[in-house]
Amino acid sequence: MANKYKDVLLDPIFNNNPIGLQILGICSALAVTTRMETAVVMALAVTVVTAFSNLAVSAIRDHIPSSIRILVEMTIIASLVIIADQFIKAFAYDISKKLSIFVGLIITNCIIMGRAEAYALKNPPLISFLDGIGNGLGYSFVLVVVGFFRELLGTGKLFGISVLPLTTEGGWYSANGLMVLSPSAFFLIGLLIWAIRAWKPEQVEKD
Amino acid sequence: MVEHYLSLFIKSIFMENLALAFFLGMCTYLAVSKDVGTATGLGIAVIVVQGITLPVNNLLYTTFLKKGALAWAGLPGIDLTFLGLITYIGVIAAMVQILEMALDKFVPALYNALGIFLPLITVNCAILGGSLLMVERDFNFAESVTFGIGSGVGWALAIIALAGIREKMKYSNVPDGLRGLGITFIMVGLMAMAFMLFSGIQL
Repeated sequence: MANKYKDVLLDPIFNNNPIGLQILGICSALAVTTRMETAVVMALAVTVVTAFSNLAVSAIRDHIPSSIRILVEMTIIASLVIIADQFIKAFAYDISKKLSIFVGLIITNCIIMGRAEAYALKNPPLISFLDGIGNGLGYSFVLVVVGFFRELLGTGKLFGISVLPLTTEGGWYSANGLMVLSPSAFFLIGLLIWAIRAWKPEQVEKD
Repeated sequence: MVEHYLSLFIKSIFMENLALAFFLGMCTYLAVSKDVGTATGLGIAVIVVQGITLPVNNLLYTTFLKKGALAWAGLPGIDLTFLGLITYIGVIAAMVQILEMALDKFVPALYNALGIFLPLITVNCAILGGSLLMVERDFNFAESVTFGIGSGVGWALAIIALAGIREKMKYSNVPDGLRGLGITFIMVGLMAMAFMLFSGIQL
């Protein structure tokens, strides 16, 4: 039994990654990863919202008529996102400015909707909650890896602290401007997927 | 005056392309771009929904939600902006539903062509993102109509272009691990780079 919980929690990180394999939640993964700071805040917000929306949907799953279930799920998710949004605004105002519309877009982040539909509607609350955390972690993993490379190679910093001294400031590293621009996120995620699939060949797509 | 709207329109198609500059609607963008026919259907659906929901959300925002907007009801001190998200997504879901029924009744040919893509648009973040951008930039009604249609056209253009490239990709020999999603990401990256060339243009 304990094993099952562990699988549900850890599977989505590498074996069934929401971004790498399920094509869920890509929009925000690309836009907020120019810095570690925003990537981490976004990852936390999505993990919390996914976990609690799974919990809530699963708790009332026997009472939702299936014809209006999408509306019910949307309402639950939107309320949770509003809470998360207000919370970030209250305690990390600068970051909320940088994230701009992407906190609101957590509503349409398909990870949350997808997990609520695919998992929470069929399983009891506790394990759905863990599934939400697991998928949130899988998403966070991609976000943090991409954010790490983009900030390090693009600006020579991590969390705003200088790691590679820049030539403009008398150091040796000349910043790679492409990394802070949008296309690099696509390349990095593409390469990350390649790396994961080279490691776990059973994920390779056959055409 | 006309120039202002024209430049906003062109800008929302090319320089501020929702898919390639803001990464909005990526899930459907990557998942439903395997052939040109379906991509075109989805693109048209997005243009229509975007063109309707943006102005409607704009009206709701300026008459009810904006700070001080309820002055006409004698409540000038009320700020309902925090209800924005839930309102916009509600409007989008309702609009998609109404559009589906209207098309089914009056233009069955288009309804059949769009098929499953209409309901899917509800969770397409390009639509919600468009509404949120509209609020963030404080567009007026006419601007939001222009921006809605323009950004829809931009998104449609991007998905049709990607579908065209993916159809040709069938003939290439891609390394195993990169097949499918991996190579698609890299192609979209190259397309985004190409679209960045527009960003230097001043209008």
